[in-house]
Amino acid sequence: METDKRKGVVLFSEYNRGEGIKKAIAQSREDILFEIRESKLKGRGGAGFPTATKWMMVAAANSEEKYIICNADEGEPGTFKDRVLLLEYPQLVFDGMVIAGYVIGAKKGIIYLRGEYEYMKKSLEDYLETMEKDNLLGKDILGKKGLNFEIEIRMGSGAYVCGEETALIESLEGNRGEARNRPPFPVTTGYLGKPTTVNNVETLASIPHIVDKGGVWFKKHGTDKSTGSKLFSVSGDCEKPGVYELPWGSKISELLDLVGAKNTKAVQVGGASGNCIPKSQFQRTLAYEDAATGGSIMIFNESRNMLHVLKNFMEFFVEESCGQCTPCRIGNVKLLEGVKMIEKKEFTFAYINQLKDLGRTMQVASKCGLGQSSPNSFISILENFKEEIFNGNGGHNGK
Amino acid sequence: MKKGILEKYPPKDGNNLIALLHEVHEAFGYLPKDDLRAIAEYVNLPITSVYDVAASYGQFRLTPLGKNVVRICRGTVCHVKKSASLLTTLENELGIKAGQTTQDKNFTLETVACIGACSIAPVININEDYYGRVVIEEVPIILAKYKKEEISKNRIKKLNGIENQTA
Repeated sequence: METDKRKGVVLFSEYNRGEGIKKAIAQSREDILFEIRESKLKGRGGAGFPTATKWMMVAAANSEEKYIICNADEGEPGTFKDRVLLLEYPQLVFDGMVIAGYVIGAKKGIIYLRGEYEYMKKSLEDYLETMEKDNLLGKDILGKKGLNFEIEIRMGSGAYVCGEETALIESLEGNRGEARNRPPFPVTTGYLGKPTTVNNVETLASIPHIVDKGGVWFKKHGTDKSTGSKLFSVSGDCEKPGVYELPWGSKISELLDLVGAKNTKAVQVGGASGNCIPKSQFQRTLAYEDAATGGSIMIFNESRNMLHVLKNFMEFFVEESCGQCTPCRIGNVKLLEGVKMIEKKEFTFAYINQLKDLGRTMQVASKCGLGQSSPNSFISILENFKEEIFNGNGGHNGK
Repeated sequence: MKKGILEKYPPKDGNNLIALLHEVHEAFGYLPKDDLRAIAEYVNLPITSVYDVAASYGQFRLTPLGKNVVRICRGTVCHVKKSASLLTTLENELGIKAGQTTQDKNFTLETVACIGACSIAPVININEDYYGRVVIEEVPIILAKYKKEEISKNRIKKLNGIENQTA
């Protein structure tokens, strides 16, 4: 299925290379920012920060040097949409970066490419070379005097936390991937201390479409609060796993039908750091205001043991916590211990409830998105599948 | 240190530390101690800081690799598609645990948190090759391709017999 021509209303719709750049440089920066604000585009990495706001802050910052960073450190378990975009639609991502460079006044863009995607580095570099030949990149782009922009590809090195924007910047500067304190935010003090915008691959890929076809066109798709469409990386128990584009606001059940999932028990929306949604809630919609996701959809059918799934998630977080702040470093270990206790049936409900409280503490007390979101699956799986998980125990060890 | 690596980057600039580590890693398959020292001197950082960075990223190795690197995905989707038993099979076939290298230095076995190919789970990656939707019975057949000539010829013959039976 991966070789089929992809269909979609926004991202996979028709687009000619360079079209967005051409239209962008014919307008003023303010006009483009207005158009993006009109589209209500939000960050596609999962956090959903309005892109126009981020760009305006960087555009307004007073600095000679500014940077635009494309976050291609796609590390959330179950996501592979950025890989598809970079391999099959590089024109969208790179045109988006050039437009971003024009709008915020940056002369340099950096792609932080996931270490495991090293194999596509060569083809991306070749693509950048042809862009340069066609004057879509480099000096005086498309004949516009003074519009210079270059793109560099930098490799990540296999640390999950580097998908967090400040940890990513730390990594680019040659340090350990550890999140920074905020404020100051990257929009004022980012890479090398200069104003920086960090955007997801998919966010940047949406930009040329918005510039080309207008914010109003973009807004037509999706819901009021979640405009446009989203790429979903679907994996797990279904007939047709792969990358799908659906407008925001689609129901989970619709997506399941589309990919041919049968006997589905649960859907993990948003990867390991997301929420696990049981069958009874499949009518919920995929949108920032309901079941938000950076694109990872994992499908589990009736034969799967949810406690094993949860254990796998927690092992992942224990491994990937950078160890900088205590709630995340200790908390994840404690949650994993709890899962192992349940597995051995050596637990009390009082302690499990305490662990859920610990999880909620981690959500507010952790320094970066990793620790803030890692308890999500612990809490949601134990809540939504308590029948299955605790039934074996019969409560004899319980309260 | 391989010639020409350091010179690609400006001296005394710690920003390129990770890029430098990548280059050395690519050249040797791991980060030799002496090279870490050379890098530290070049970017003007204490060796402890360089080691600190090298040790914190999952992709950098501080010990040499085997000729073939077998990576098995232990991500969630691969996990529910039984990658745990694939890992056990690999460990039994190679006679090593994850993270170790065989005595003849032919294989290194590693686990990956998520390889990013969840739609073809479970996935095994050997050097540049990816194997998707792997079942346990295929593991010895896949490995045989990377085993040393004389052993693998017999092995493949034998396994082809098995394959024909199962097919």
